[in-house]
Amino acid sequence: MNDNVVLKMRNIHKSFPGVRALQAVDFTLRKGEIHALMGENGAGKSTLIKVLTGVYTKDEGNIFLDGKEKAVAIHSPQDAQNLGISTVYQEITLCPNLSVAENMFIGRTKGIGQNWRKMNADTEKILKSLEIPAKATQQLETCSIAVQQMIAIARAVDMDCKVLILDEPTSSLDEQEVEKLFTLMRNLRAKGVGIIFVTHFLDQVYEVCDRITVMRDGQLVGEYEIKDLPRVQLVSKMLGKELDDMSDIKGEQQAYEREEGAVPVLEAKGLVSDAGIKPFDFHIDKGEVNGFTGLLGSGRSECVRAIFGADRILGGKVKMKGKDVKISKPLDAMKNGIAYLPEDRKVDGIVGDLSVRDNIILAQQVLRGFFRPFSKAEANKIADEYIKLLSIKTASADTPIKSLSGGNQQKVIVARWLFTHPEYLILDEPTRGIDVGTKVDIQKLVLKLASEGMSVTFISSEMDEMLRTCSRLVVMRDRKMVGQLSGDDLNQNKVMSTIAGGENDDE
Amino acid sequence: MSQNKTAVSGSFRDKVRNLSDTNLLLTITIVAFFLMYIGAVLFQGEGFLKPQSFFNILNSQAALIVLACGLTLVMINGSIDISVGGVTALVSMCCAVYLDFHGGNLVVSLLIALGIGLAFGIFQGFLVAYLDIQPFIVTLAGMFFARGMTTIVNTKPFNVAHEGFNELKMTRVKIPGLGSTNRIGVYVDAYVEIGVVVALLIVIALFCVLRWTKLGRSFYAVGGNKQSALMLGINVKRTKFIAHLMCGLLAGIGGYIYFLHVGSGSATHAVGAEMDAIASSIIGGTMLTGGVGNIVGTLFGVMSLGTIQNIVASAGLDEAWWIGITRAAMLCLFLVIQSLVVVRKKKSKG
Amino acid sequence: MTMNSVAKKQNNSSILMRIVKNQCFIPLAALFILIIFNLVADPTFFQILLEKNSAGNNVLNGPLITILDNGSELAILAIGMTLVTAASGGQDISVGAAVAIAGSVILRVISGGETYPETLHSPVIVAFLVCVVVAMLFGAFNGILVAFFKIQPMIATLILYTAGRSIAAWINNNELPVINEPSFAYYGTYIPGIPIPTPFFIMVICVVIIALLLKFTNLRLYTEAVGINESSSRLNGLNPAFIKVMSFVILGVCVAVVGLIKVSRFSTINYSVIAKDIEMDAILAVALGGNALSGGKFNMVASIIGAYVIQFLITTLYRFNVQSDALPAYKAVVIIILVVISAPSVKEWFSGLTKKLMKKEVA
Repeated sequence: MNDNVVLKMRNIHKSFPGVRALQAVDFTLRKGEIHALMGENGAGKSTLIKVLTGVYTKDEGNIFLDGKEKAVAIHSPQDAQNLGISTVYQEITLCPNLSVAENMFIGRTKGIGQNWRKMNADTEKILKSLEIPAKATQQLETCSIAVQQMIAIARAVDMDCKVLILDEPTSSLDEQEVEKLFTLMRNLRAKGVGIIFVTHFLDQVYEVCDRITVMRDGQLVGEYEIKDLPRVQLVSKMLGKELDDMSDIKGEQQAYEREEGAVPVLEAKGLVSDAGIKPFDFHIDKGEVNGFTGLLGSGRSECVRAIFGADRILGGKVKMKGKDVKISKPLDAMKNGIAYLPEDRKVDGIVGDLSVRDNIILAQQVLRGFFRPFSKAEANKIADEYIKLLSIKTASADTPIKSLSGGNQQKVIVARWLFTHPEYLILDEPTRGIDVGTKVDIQKLVLKLASEGMSVTFISSEMDEMLRTCSRLVVMRDRKMVGQLSGDDLNQNKVMSTIAGGENDDE
Repeated sequence: MSQNKTAVSGSFRDKVRNLSDTNLLLTITIVAFFLMYIGAVLFQGEGFLKPQSFFNILNSQAALIVLACGLTLVMINGSIDISVGGVTALVSMCCAVYLDFHGGNLVVSLLIALGIGLAFGIFQGFLVAYLDIQPFIVTLAGMFFARGMTTIVNTKPFNVAHEGFNELKMTRVKIPGLGSTNRIGVYVDAYVEIGVVVALLIVIALFCVLRWTKLGRSFYAVGGNKQSALMLGINVKRTKFIAHLMCGLLAGIGGYIYFLHVGSGSATHAVGAEMDAIASSIIGGTMLTGGVGNIVGTLFGVMSLGTIQNIVASAGLDEAWWIGITRAAMLCLFLVIQSLVVVRKKKSKG
Repeated sequence: MTMNSVAKKQNNSSILMRIVKNQCFIPLAALFILIIFNLVADPTFFQILLEKNSAGNNVLNGPLITILDNGSELAILAIGMTLVTAASGGQDISVGAAVAIAGSVILRVISGGETYPETLHSPVIVAFLVCVVVAMLFGAFNGILVAFFKIQPMIATLILYTAGRSIAAWINNNELPVINEPSFAYYGTYIPGIPIPTPFFIMVICVVIIALLLKFTNLRLYTEAVGINESSSRLNGLNPAFIKVMSFVILGVCVAVVGLIKVSRFSTINYSVIAKDIEMDAILAVALGGNALSGGKFNMVASIIGAYVIQFLITTLYRFNVQSDALPAYKAVVIIILVVISAPSVKEWFSGLTKKLMKKEVA
């Protein structure tokens, strides 16, 4: 057994009712290595981490630590911690009102009393050795998020951890803060800690990692050394598309031709919101279907949310059909004929306790105004119409939407926005969690609506769907718009290489 | 990277900026108290400068000090307890009834007080910590229950005639050297009641607990961020339970001190005491949102309220409603100060 | 058993299930228990007599009438409290103090500052309108604290709870104006010639208004949506902050109505006693009506029934010579039972238990 290996996971299986989250997954981590774990939605990477940290118990497989012959049993987070596996999460799990030193040691010391002097002194030592810019007596809240994260890491490391898992640590950091974090990570690597870096930021992976493990659909795609894996290949492995597959899917989309001098339905310049994307320009024409593509977390949803006014708008101009409009909140967008189906239907989409009927009429009802409610009869008619149109499986229109399956819930939300008869419909992951048959129906519906003159933005993690329906693709990477593809460029290869970016000799 | 170390320059502004929230609020409280005391002196004249005036405030507020300490513990935890006034009344009535109608002895009466307080603390703590019910509703019911029971235990208010009790009540702990001459020219030693000694001992004890024991620090952790505290290995449920238990116990002790001070049982005792306790804590720098608070500040908060009461009374203003207004105004003021502190925090991120 | 009788059994049990699942079941069941209790303990509870009251009118009297009379005040408050609870997921504990302020304003306008005015200085309707505006402003104050400063409703309303009665006393310079004009007493007692207490009719008017609002506007949809999922509501174009503030303002109107009834009933005011503990009763009414105290969907009828049930309980206790000061203890027990039953962990335990029992039955 290799001396250098600190963690070996072999043949891990984990299932939930109806879902096989992990199938025969292997994972290897070496000492003094920064190892990226990547995969799109449903790839299984968070399940793998949860198995490793004891949040879930695996169904099958073995975990070996430190090159030992005997497999370890991890049944709880406490077990994982005792074995030297520490995790630092995206949200800071420290107490902001306590001092740095207290956060370093709380919950770890024995006895009733609190020895401030020793605690402060020990903390200063740790902070110095890891070059973290903070004082032991400082209140945690007064440190920047990056420093707070570093302190969380320092705590994990101080507990003699051999395996350090960083779960999306850079999501809320700016560029300088990310650099600070990377310095700390390299520091730890030099000390022999094995770091698992879970992230979706491509550039960062190539900057700081030694190896990458890619997962897809609950299975291991492969483990690679960074220097052996060009960016485009990484993207292709994550998306499951073969570079060599020369199938340029031109698709069934109507050949979309831009009329001469046509005024776009919506035109945005320099639009920027407080959600952290760089200012972007965007336009869409009447009857056009466009898509936003890019890896998860690249900022697709943030862009359309900015267009809809769902986040706080910090700047930029928007024109609808040539006229300046001010969209600072969703109602403004709705009044201008824009509709938005949110990405996270549970949090932003459904109103759980309300009936299917109420969920369908909600948006249009708000547009009609406070004093013009739909009568019971009208509402029922509308609900029945859309239930039939989209084949929504529900006991009745009165059923609370929360008791429907995810896919049917999604259909209700689609119905809601269709009912507002918008000029511009934004669908953010409308096919997520829907059965195959309906996925196709929705894509057909999108094309039909476009042919009738509606402008549609269609965001999907499935490249096929977008290539089939969109006539133009906006490419996002790391929260920045990096390209727009149309016409002949609408094929997998081109899309993936635009997403991947990087040096041009990384063929 | 070392340039980012927060440098403490000599200027006043920087010093203020570097104070932690707790210390900043505490400083404001102490300053406010001294301002108020000076105001009282100006208002009431020389007579107020006598040390005994200060001690009289302590005498009348001793019970509130203990109650407010209990509230501070619970509020640091991110919870609240509005039953303490009711518990005080119930304790007074039960002990009064016990001493006079059942010819009891003092020690047992004290145990009764502690028992009642503990019972409320345990019941409420269980509902809040383990059944996860909103603390406001639980302790509101507790307050209603305590008030109702006070009347059920004995319908009419009455003064306690028990000898031993009255001896204890009149006991004066003399403070040497700070006496003064009264109107007929006799030198009277400055004194405080026993309750004050107990209250101050409790303040010291709780200060130590909050600063130097893990239990105390876990109060802060849970109040600061419950989720994080859980992930850091703290038993959140147990911590919350203990906080309520201690608050209940302190309500029992405070109730007994109150009883000792007024010497009677009545259903109208300590009406509004819970609001005073909360206000004192807030004035003392405890934040409603949890995670911030200190016992010393609470002590000063109580003294501030007491001083105001004094000013109002001696100014001949209609006590009842002026006090209500000033309480609410102070509460508002300090809530505003607290939200300013939060804003300051958001602006300066090192 | 034959197939038919099994099917029949299932059918019957499903009707039973439907009745039990209806939100009005809990308050009605509580009412039922109280009625039975009184029938057994003291049937004279249900006597209604026609007597002459102090104003010389023939009026109906009896515990049931008392319930109708005082319960109507509570029902009106319950209307507003239901909306506040539904939209903001919290409760307003300042309604008692707010009623004191409302009543004080009415007296001030009518008495023109005199303690024993000979005539009304302005028509009651004007005084009432002023009072409505004032109450709405205080409601907006609470609403803004909750919606814009994001303070928990119970804590935000603590401020008015503390200061309210003092403000009420200040409005009349600490005086207790007494209105001797008999027509002023009509609103809180009886209108000559009508044997049923006026508050009942006022309640009916309020219920009709809220019913119309619920039927002909989107009040219900908006309020429930905001209470259930604020983020989703925003993305549907709603303005959650505004809706929350509105719910507090509507409660303010209810407070104004109750203020009128109360000062009319006594023709004067006692700042520390008026509407004492009524906030707890209102919250209880909403909870007893099966409405989730954490907000969301609501059933107004159930709250109103709940209000009368609370009044029924209070009147029953009085009949058994429970002192008014002791009442809170009984209410506290009811509150605790209600919140414990609706605690998630307890609900889970219950449903686990029921499943086990159901399994045994089927087997």
